[in-house]
Amino acid sequence: MSTVERTPSQWRVYRSYHSPFDPCPPRTRYFNVPPNVLQPFQTSARKQFAPHEALRKGTLWPEYFSPYPPEARGGEAE
Amino acid sequence: MKAIWIYEKKLQYPVRVSKCDPRLAKMLIEQYGGADGELSAALRYLNQRYSIPDKVIGLLTDIGTEEFAHLEMIATMVYKLTKDATPEQLRAAGLADHYVNHSHALFYHDAAGNPWTATYIQAKGDPIADLYEDIAAEEKARATYQWIIDNTDDPDIVDSLRFLREREVVHSLRFREAVEILKEYNHTKKVF
Repeated sequence: MSTVERTPSQWRVYRSYHSPFDPCPPRTRYFNVPPNVLQPFQTSARKQFAPHEALRKGTLWPEYFSPYPPEARGGEAE
Repeated sequence: MKAIWIYEKKLQYPVRVSKCDPRLAKMLIEQYGGADGELSAALRYLNQRYSIPDKVIGLLTDIGTEEFAHLEMIATMVYKLTKDATPEQLRAAGLADHYVNHSHALFYHDAAGNPWTATYIQAKGDPIADLYEDIAAEEKARATYQWIIDNTDDPDIVDSLRFLREREVVHSLRFREAVEILKEYNHTKKVF
């Protein structure tokens, strides 16, 4: 059985059952919920990156920026 | 339908490779000729345009064209990582089977060597089915970029890969919006 924890970041953390007979140490798992999933339709009058910054980041919209790799996934280093 | 492409002889985003790591080329090729790679994306979207409602055609043209720009970025990365590698270095990187068939040429296959096939893509002719496939394709490509980034510590190539990953996020967003537009198709308020 596994549960999924919500974190303030775009990352979700989950753990799966670990048997005492499993050969490898348990590993915390992470998955990304990018902003397009949470807000699948753009609204108007939103904040914008400066043009040059937007070109480098790949999006004009801070609310649709999804950094990777994350600095810390759910507060834990992998 | 009239389609005109303008070719600008520069990449959409700079590609710099600072570490000699032919092993990474083998992983990057997944995004070149793999099921969820840029070739699949470009051909899928440009082909779906003919049978999709007018309002969405322009979006598929825009995104399909951009996928070719991404394909060129991936090609540049793979080429830079392999062009000066000796057969011995390619063998150590797991690229001996690529070398015996293609030498230093690029080819459309995935990281495991499977050649690209049109069975990777679909045009169902049903607008919702096609757009949902496109959304799934973008999320899968985003994940592929994550797993490639996890496998390199070259900050310059990671910079380019992060840009490509963000574009997948934006494309997915725009396909999701296209679905919303089609839901409202028959009672859209027309504001000019």
